Amino acid sequence: MDAILLQILNGLDKGSAYALIALGLTLIFGTLGVVNFAHGALFMIGAFCAVTVQRILNLSFETVDPTKTDFLGNPLKVQSPYVVDWFGADFGNAIIDWSVPIAILFAIPIMIFVGFAMERGLIKHFYKRPHADQILVTFGLAIVMQEIVKYFYGANPIPTGAPAAFRGSFDFGVLLGFDPNAVIYPYWRLIYFGFASVIIGGVFSFLQFTTFGMVVRAGMADRETVGLLGIDIDKRFTFMFGLAAAVAGLAGVMYAPINSPNYHMGMDFLVLSFVVVVVGGMGSLPGAVAAGFLLGILESFASMNEIKSLIPGIDQIIIYVVAIIILLTRPRGLMGRKGVMEE
Amino acid sequence: MFGLNKKDTSLLLVVAVLTLCAPFILNPFPTDSGMAQFNAGYPDLMQRFVIFGIFAVGFNILFGLTGYLSFGHAAFLGVGSYSAVWMFKLLSMNVLPAIILSVIVAGLFALLIGFVSLRRSGIYFSILTLAFAQMSFNLAYSVLTPITNGETGLQLTLDDPRILGVSATADGSIPVTSLFGLEMRSTYEMAVGGWNFQFSAGYYLCAIIMLISFYIAVRIFRSPFGLMLRAVKCNQNRMRYTGLNTRPYTLAAFVISGMYAGLAGGLMASMDPLAGAERMQWTASGEVVLMTILGGAGTLIGPVLGAGFIKYFENIFSKINDNVLHQWFSWLPDGLEDFVVFVIHPFIGKGWALTLGLLFMAVVIFLPGGLVEGGQRLRNVFSRDKAKDDGTHAPKSHPAE
Amino acid sequence: MGILEVKGVGKRFGGLQALGDVNLSVQENTVHAIIGPNGAGKSTLLNCLVGKLIPDTGSVMFDGQSVLGRSPHEINQMGISRVFQTPEIFGDLTVLENVMIPCFARRDGSFRMHAFGSVTGEYDMLEKAEKMLDDVNMLSKAHLHAGSLSRGDKRRLEMAMCLVQEPRLLLLDEPTAGMARADTNNTIDLLKEIKHNRDITMCIIEHDMHVVFSLADRITVLAQGTPLVEDTPQNIKGHPKVREAYLGEAHVD
Repeated sequence: MDAILLQILNGLDKGSAYALIALGLTLIFGTLGVVNFAHGALFMIGAFCAVTVQRILNLSFETVDPTKTDFLGNPLKVQSPYVVDWFGADFGNAIIDWSVPIAILFAIPIMIFVGFAMERGLIKHFYKRPHADQILVTFGLAIVMQEIVKYFYGANPIPTGAPAAFRGSFDFGVLLGFDPNAVIYPYWRLIYFGFASVIIGGVFSFLQFTTFGMVVRAGMADRETVGLLGIDIDKRFTFMFGLAAAVAGLAGVMYAPINSPNYHMGMDFLVLSFVVVVVGGMGSLPGAVAAGFLLGILESFASMNEIKSLIPGIDQIIIYVVAIIILLTRPRGLMGRKGVMEE
Repeated sequence: MFGLNKKDTSLLLVVAVLTLCAPFILNPFPTDSGMAQFNAGYPDLMQRFVIFGIFAVGFNILFGLTGYLSFGHAAFLGVGSYSAVWMFKLLSMNVLPAIILSVIVAGLFALLIGFVSLRRSGIYFSILTLAFAQMSFNLAYSVLTPITNGETGLQLTLDDPRILGVSATADGSIPVTSLFGLEMRSTYEMAVGGWNFQFSAGYYLCAIIMLISFYIAVRIFRSPFGLMLRAVKCNQNRMRYTGLNTRPYTLAAFVISGMYAGLAGGLMASMDPLAGAERMQWTASGEVVLMTILGGAGTLIGPVLGAGFIKYFENIFSKINDNVLHQWFSWLPDGLEDFVVFVIHPFIGKGWALTLGLLFMAVVIFLPGGLVEGGQRLRNVFSRDKAKDDGTHAPKSHPAE
Repeated sequence: MGILEVKGVGKRFGGLQALGDVNLSVQENTVHAIIGPNGAGKSTLLNCLVGKLIPDTGSVMFDGQSVLGRSPHEINQMGISRVFQTPEIFGDLTVLENVMIPCFARRDGSFRMHAFGSVTGEYDMLEKAEKMLDDVNMLSKAHLHAGSLSRGDKRRLEMAMCLVQEPRLLLLDEPTAGMARADTNNTIDLLKEIKHNRDITMCIIEHDMHVVFSLADRITVLAQGTPLVEDTPQNIKGHPKVREAYLGEAHVD
């Protein structure tokens, strides 16, 4: 029982990331009819927003501390961050410590801008081109984005810490009456899950309860008719692209403490996110979210030692196996509509 | 000649001359000149040109003709490499059985994956192939370690139980690959003036196999079978209502292109007997997509051009560094020189992938027909006047007038 | 006994009974038209004949063999060709290649790995395709891209692609839908020519009464998924039930 609970919890954070990326992918599929292979790169850029903010906050100047000396007796040079100098030791250090949550504030406008620029500058011209062309051009764009990041940040993963307050783990076991340490779960992963839930809830209520969202949903169902009603659907779609980019970016920012960002993390997540979208059903937002969590949890179950000893290597391929079975038996995925992206 | 029309025969001859004379053509700079580092006429690089040429030509039979975009072809290349290395370990160091086995194994593997993936089309097909390839990569990396040797990659060792041949040579080293005694790495060097031309047995084997594969591809393109594949890309509905079963056509194309990939993998292992899982990663599949599109998907020569282009510039670009740039732009005023070098810097050396990505985007956006279309456009610009009385596009069989 | 015998065919989509109890008998070497108001189930019936849909009840026999459960390409190989409402052709290929594909399909069956032949070396097939194009007055366009043709020419090409297979039954789904008057008249002339010069059975679904009455030997009127009446054009014109159900709204000349 406790082992099952632990695996479900373990699957949640990865599942949250899958769900968030897949949500954005589906928004873009559904509204713009574009297959975006650069969506993983947006997730990666989000993670590097966190890295950048942390670096900026850590920018330091050197001072000579007369009270300390090195072993030769010379005064020691100390690095002190500007923020500490400006805001005092307590507040300044707190800011540095909280750099990842602070990065969210910066990431939102940056990601929306990146999304707008992508849609206006590139994707717009590909609405009428075949899906293969869309895949190819966004694949090229993904390479360009990741190479630019690699140029500035290097090829190695960059550890990015969560605030100290969240670095510990939470003992679910004690709470539920199991042995202590049976079900322990890092705070940050819990926060990531909560954060993802809030974002997903936000996107859904936005689409459900605002007029804007209603028009977008109508556009997803039948673009031409909505266009005929005299509604400028293009402008709204540009906005949706920005929103999708922001969702992917925020997923990336918050993921930085879980997995040190590296330049190819986007590509790694992209393949899985596509699988998630297909399993959930192309064009279905609830499907994308459900499939994201489902596959995340399934993956963590498959990595249990009991199961691995039964079927070796199952943890490596479980997601793909599920995807292949679903694609062949339920071509529209779990919750897909008829005729989306079918020829 | 060879059952081809005049135009295709001359194309084949041009490709043959270019590949067979590549050691000269790719070696234009004398050895001791400053430009010598931009020579590409050494065996290792030339082998890569033709091997990736084979890979891309095969991929084009699937993508260029039927329009099915596979993101999983690297898996077949990897499988080919593993089969070939196992053949070296167990049977003999002769490359022929290794290459034959790699083609067969890759073909069977493609049959399996194609049978499942081709039940869907469009984006679903791309994602299915992607899933299969990634699955194969993960398996090769982890569970199948007894067969693939996991992260380290499969290599020859001194105690391989080689049935036809020895485990180790007399001087205690691992034997080298050969074709009936002709060692693949044996190279004849010819010094002419300041030039040093290298003729490698391995390169010529690859080149000849590439020419044969290219010839087969030309035949397929011009055959009724090839016409059916192009019909698949155009309109599957019409095909079905014309009494044609599309599934076996696409499956045949998929298996053929998988066999080409396996052949490329087998040749790679024959030139350098090791195989690693990274050859199967989906970004490696992406590379062959890039080659085919860049050269011109659906054209005969495009994929070969694309493969050569990418592999050549990959090699050249990664050799250019800031010093070279400063040398090139030394005629500019100092400040401007530094600025130009600064601007170009991100795109060279390790930045080659960035340049490639941009180039690829530019091709997809502006030149969907790739380099071949670019060439045609250039030719049209220069021969616009001539084109007026050029009868090539006029109907062949005019009604009696 | 007709070449095509449809008996008791019914088809349901959820709550909608698209076809009730359709009986139809098409005689060899005649033109049989199926008319009826929108939503009468004409297209559903056609789709049941070519294997796109499988009826819930009833049987469809072509030349004594059941077509039910066969896929479209098998049904085509039995000798049924189909012309679509919007011309379905191979837009990226040349006109000549478009016509050669059905030639190969007829000769080589539904699949043949003919990878070492040469399209331009298949003289019999070339000759057959060129003759067909000549018959529909399109030989001068043989080397154009099919996608660049006018709509009327696309229709003509599709017809040629079907005819070159020498089908025993040609199904036409509103062959003049959305056409200008001139194109419609051209199509009627073409169909008349086909009717007189070839041993062919045609089953035509049509909205345009002008087309129907200038071609058909027999007419079946379909309404709400069931055949209302089947008779010769003269009798149909005067039939009170038909006038009431359908023709009252249309112009009959």
